Amino acid sequence: MSALLEAKGISRAFGGLRALNGCSLHVERGSITGLIGPNGSGKTTLFNVITGYVKPEAGTVSFDGKDITGARPNAVFALGVGRTFQLTRIFSRISVVENMLVATQREESWLRGLTRSKSSKTELDAAMEWLDFVGLARLASLPAGSLSYGQRKLLELAYVLVADPDVILLDEPAGGVNLTLINEIGEKIRTLNKSGKTFLIVEHNMEFVMNLCDTVTVMHQGCDLVSGRPEEVRNNPLVLDAYLGGGDDEVVEELSHG
Amino acid sequence: MKLRQSAWWALGLVIFALFPVVVTNPFYTTIGIFTVIYMGCATSWNMFSGYSGYVSLGTAIFYGCGAYTMALVSIHGHIPGGAEQFWVVPLGGLVAMAIAVPLGAVALRVRRHTFVVITIAFFFVFQLAAINANFTGGPAGLSLELIPWQGDAYNTPFYYVALAILVFSVVLSALVRRSRFGLQLLAIRDDEDRALGLGVKVKAVKLTGYTMSAFVVGMAGALYAMFLGQIYPQFVFDPVFDVTIALMAFLGGFGTLLGPLVGGLILESSQQWLTANYSNGSLYLILFGALFLIVVLFMPQGIVVKVKEVWSKRTSTGSDATQAPLATLGSESL
Amino acid sequence: MNSSALIHALVDGVLTGSVYALMATGLTLVFGVMDIINLAQGILVILGAYLSYTLSVHFGVDLFVGLLITIPTLFVVGIVIERLFVARLKGPERTAMSILVTYAISLVIEGILNEVYSINQVQLQAWYVNRSFPIFGIYLPYIYLLGFILAAALLGSLYYMLYRTRFGASIRASLSDQTAAALVGIDTKRVATICFGIGVAVTAAGGMIYGATNAFNASSSYDLISRLLTIIVLGGMGSLGGALVAGILMVMLQDIVAVVWSPIWSSMSFFVVLVIVLSLRPQGLFGKQSARVA
Repeated sequence: MSALLEAKGISRAFGGLRALNGCSLHVERGSITGLIGPNGSGKTTLFNVITGYVKPEAGTVSFDGKDITGARPNAVFALGVGRTFQLTRIFSRISVVENMLVATQREESWLRGLTRSKSSKTELDAAMEWLDFVGLARLASLPAGSLSYGQRKLLELAYVLVADPDVILLDEPAGGVNLTLINEIGEKIRTLNKSGKTFLIVEHNMEFVMNLCDTVTVMHQGCDLVSGRPEEVRNNPLVLDAYLGGGDDEVVEELSHG
Repeated sequence: MKLRQSAWWALGLVIFALFPVVVTNPFYTTIGIFTVIYMGCATSWNMFSGYSGYVSLGTAIFYGCGAYTMALVSIHGHIPGGAEQFWVVPLGGLVAMAIAVPLGAVALRVRRHTFVVITIAFFFVFQLAAINANFTGGPAGLSLELIPWQGDAYNTPFYYVALAILVFSVVLSALVRRSRFGLQLLAIRDDEDRALGLGVKVKAVKLTGYTMSAFVVGMAGALYAMFLGQIYPQFVFDPVFDVTIALMAFLGGFGTLLGPLVGGLILESSQQWLTANYSNGSLYLILFGALFLIVVLFMPQGIVVKVKEVWSKRTSTGSDATQAPLATLGSESL
Repeated sequence: MNSSALIHALVDGVLTGSVYALMATGLTLVFGVMDIINLAQGILVILGAYLSYTLSVHFGVDLFVGLLITIPTLFVVGIVIERLFVARLKGPERTAMSILVTYAISLVIEGILNEVYSINQVQLQAWYVNRSFPIFGIYLPYIYLLGFILAAALLGSLYYMLYRTRFGASIRASLSDQTAAALVGIDTKRVATICFGIGVAVTAAGGMIYGATNAFNASSSYDLISRLLTIIVLGGMGSLGGALVAGILMVMLQDIVAVVWSPIWSSMSFFVVLVIVLSLRPQGLFGKQSARVA
């Protein structure tokens, strides 16, 4: 079993608040790994540490056997780790297709960017292909700021995909979107996973996680609590306890039914 | 559509090229020279600040450095007053660029709002240095050798060199907008951290843009020094210049190609005309400030965007109108 | 350098520096609550000075008594500017636009002041401007001491208002997070308007002291605003304590550089310090490090 992405003993505090406390995570190549836990358990912080937006105080992150602890976001991305954000972040005042083009090169030097046009034929084709994949191709020339919330989520997914990362970190892909779109996003993830992409997903929607993921890691108070197959995790009493303390009634209900 | 656009640009260029042929009165050609110089500077400013969202209020640093380059090289290089001095103009641009690199390296470490203020601080460092240093001639400034050109024709070469700088600036700005580099600047304006996360080397991109925009302003400053034949530190390092350039871009349309041109044309020509006709400078200040306030209140996106909006509303009976409904349709289906 | 020059720098730093801090506090308050950089602050200080001038020369009103008129007047001026122009600024370039709009306002006021008062420099006069008192072996005009007391009193009441009153609590809530403040039911629009009014009102007092300690005309505003901006950036934008420390630091530094090196370079020294500090600490001395992730 080879780990494509591995975090070991990550710690990080903000002021007096311990966001992460010796947290470890193991993402296998070709898997869809779910990362769940009550609010404030440190999931997003762990994402930020892995993708270089936050530097850890202790611990190591490795990707494909290389140590990437503390690397800058652009370097992490260049290696092949793409991510989306909980609050979708797109470039609102340039067009949808231009959003795609920002991401099409991972390792190009900045000097090259000066002398070349916005996109080559192949890049434009790739951009349109992925836009088509998420169903936004016909909106390509609109300013991205005019998209709806759900469309923005899809656009963010598309422009991460266009850079062809090996592993994709999704921060609440199903948050705040309607049921039809949730299923659609789930389908897209499954399709991509079959073609060899690895996924790490933070999500509050239990059903979404349990249906989609091969492995689920539960975080609690900045630590990884348990890891395992969805049904194992669902039946683990520790997990229920963690959520009971967190006051997330919906999830508690869901867990106790399962 | 593309062709029609190019035709408009060509027409504009022809009008500007013919201006000194039709109008020979030096009173008006002088206004023309300043207007063209400011249009070029505003375009160049916009190429960095408009595209990246990093509003710089220290543009006069480059203008002043260009001007001093012209003066010092002409004086110490014993260049006779005349056409030979034009060769120093690009040098002024290069010196401005060389100064922009360390300034940008420090100033671009901070984010937007602080960046504005740090550029102002830099500006005052340069102005005070120019006033107090010895090699700049201090508050008395520097005098260049007289150019022995006579009469109405004196202005013509300056006008065309200024026009060449303007054309260069517009072409450069348009090329940048079309390049990957320009796209990266725009991405930085919208969400710098996200751009960084997508592999954009934001530091290098910002510094490159800042440095490039200094070039045209430096050349403009050099041309200004040559044109007047006399420079004073408080006039080439002028805080009003800093803000005027930014005002022009905002007035016309921040981040657009046409905006700074329109803003520069309107503001600088009216400023020159007002100062020439009313020796009373305070009336000019009031009019200038009021004009800008009115524009901001009624067309906050700038004249160009506003006019386009009105225009497309008038003509939106046919195919042009499909864009907006398309967006609504899209959001409903998802 | 001799010890009396050092004492002068220290005393002047505290006395004059606190007056700059008062003016800068208005600026940093407005920035912190509204994300607005008020470039008109400099000319409004001058406006305050000219109002005091008119009251004292034409109506014989004492400079300090005149503040009872000029402070409310400038408060209203601030409210009008906010309602008429600043409140209309929206969208992603709001802060950048605010710089230019307030600059345009400052041009209009500068033009009007030039028309009304001419460009000849004037200085406010009173017995305490001309007479000096001894302090630690040096002599300073009384106005320095009185100005300091006034600035300290106003800063004190400003802090009291901010930290001890209900309205102050809503201002501080808006300072730390505008969205959150709006969510807990604070009328952020009203808070913003009143903040802008207060931010401008302090220029009346600042202007009077400035006008009594310096000869001024309308274009003195450029020097003023550049100093005030430098103070709030050095202190950390939005930090009230930072403005106080930076204001005092600025005056001390300039006095020391003037004695040790040369008066020519003294006004430049502070800008240089700003550049150095910012390249090491981009958020300023007491600034909050802004969270940048999601």
